[in-house]
Amino acid sequence: MSKIRVLVGTKKGAFILTSDGKRRKWKVNGPHFAGWEIYHLKGSPKDPDRIYASQSSGWFGQIIQRSDDGGKTWNTPGSSPEDLKNEDGFHKGESNKFVYAGQPGTHKWYDGTPHPWEFKRVWHLEPSLSDPDTAYAGVEDAAIFKTIDGGKTWHDLPGLRGVKSDLWQPGAGGMAVHTIILDSKNPDRIFAAISAAGVFRTDDGGKKWKPVNRGLVSPYQLPDPLAEVGHCVHRIAMHPSRPDVLFMQKHWDVMRTDNAGEQWQEISGNLPSDFGFPIEVHAHEPETVFVVPIKSDSEHFPPDGKLRVYRSKSAGNEWEPLTKGLPQRDCYVNVLRDAMSADALDPCGLYFGTTGGQVYASADAGDSWSPIVRDLPAVLSVEAQALL
Amino acid sequence: MIRVLLPFHLRTLARVDGEVRLERTGPVTLRQVLDELEERYPMLRGTIRDHITLKRRPFLRFFACKEDLSDQSPETPLPDAIANGEEPLLIIGAIAGG
Repeated sequence: MSKIRVLVGTKKGAFILTSDGKRRKWKVNGPHFAGWEIYHLKGSPKDPDRIYASQSSGWFGQIIQRSDDGGKTWNTPGSSPEDLKNEDGFHKGESNKFVYAGQPGTHKWYDGTPHPWEFKRVWHLEPSLSDPDTAYAGVEDAAIFKTIDGGKTWHDLPGLRGVKSDLWQPGAGGMAVHTIILDSKNPDRIFAAISAAGVFRTDDGGKKWKPVNRGLVSPYQLPDPLAEVGHCVHRIAMHPSRPDVLFMQKHWDVMRTDNAGEQWQEISGNLPSDFGFPIEVHAHEPETVFVVPIKSDSEHFPPDGKLRVYRSKSAGNEWEPLTKGLPQRDCYVNVLRDAMSADALDPCGLYFGTTGGQVYASADAGDSWSPIVRDLPAVLSVEAQALL
Repeated sequence: MIRVLLPFHLRTLARVDGEVRLERTGPVTLRQVLDELEERYPMLRGTIRDHITLKRRPFLRFFACKEDLSDQSPETPLPDAIANGEEPLLIIGAIAGG
């Protein structure tokens, strides 16, 4: 029987939640890396035993952890003696080293002045669809690093900064590549989303990038509401069977593109608020999409104190609230951008974590929900994976 | 022998219990101690000082013999009591955040 594993990154460690295919009874394992911020951890689609984790701390900086046994044990890749020296005796393996290529220049600071690029942390890890040793790291300040040796070394893809990066500006949470989407049908195509810069696409494996933000409108954030870059994109999502269709939760507005970002259209429809952070697509229905509306940019909690997931079965515009099992009064948590995930079982499972430390699960595509665990540290990320 | 006491989270990261003991005799600088520490525990690279500039991370401090050596040049010889193992070099996570 299939198993489900949900990897949860929190402000104070990582947790691994597991269940059988029924998804009723759960085991909670953790904390791993207790006391550290775990922005994200994700298993390789090719080899689910291989998990990459981003461990960071204001005191000690960035660590990359890797598990090769599904999270039972962890190691810092590139730290073994044979990794450290090449045949000439010089250092080579440096797993935690993220250094921008060349002269990264400056981006805009909060006050509009130029500010030098400074590496802070890894927000998001995206393992390759086909090679467990290859993964991408979305980092703050915004860049993508790639490893092809299982995380022992990481190399910047500097072409991303070639897209008017002097005009990018941090949002309240910083300026990071928070979403990386790999096209399952075209290995050279990657989408990246940055707050507050927008969505970018490469069609040559990461050498050259182009902004794909046409149709986004940001009247209160940008002097030119239709600017080519600078939009505060919170999250994008894709169904692997339709890689030209992407969904977006923007700072305000929920959007969709049907042509790989060449043109976006608004699909907010009847949502009670079109502000929010996560967006996710049903595993088997490419036109079914989920969001969690949040009241506003200054009130990061659900409208009316009711935690509601909204589902559209028509690729947007028409949305229905999903409330069964979710608190419908006095609820003032947030759901962060990387904290929602779908599994590939049938019926599709859906999961999200809150800043209040709850992780909710639905085994019926959102029709009903129950908490797997209620009192974790604030949840930063949730990744569900079916283990066959 | 040099004795180094790491903060809790770095001990966990490096998988060490108690003090780290580095076999070394004679005068020693902070930089030499950190070089050797990182050589033996590569996962600590970047956690105490920057990978490239080798500057101390802002929220870490170096204490020895009841003195704060954090802002001292890393090329300054450490006190004799550190060099001969009588006293440990303390790497401390600064109090911050609350």
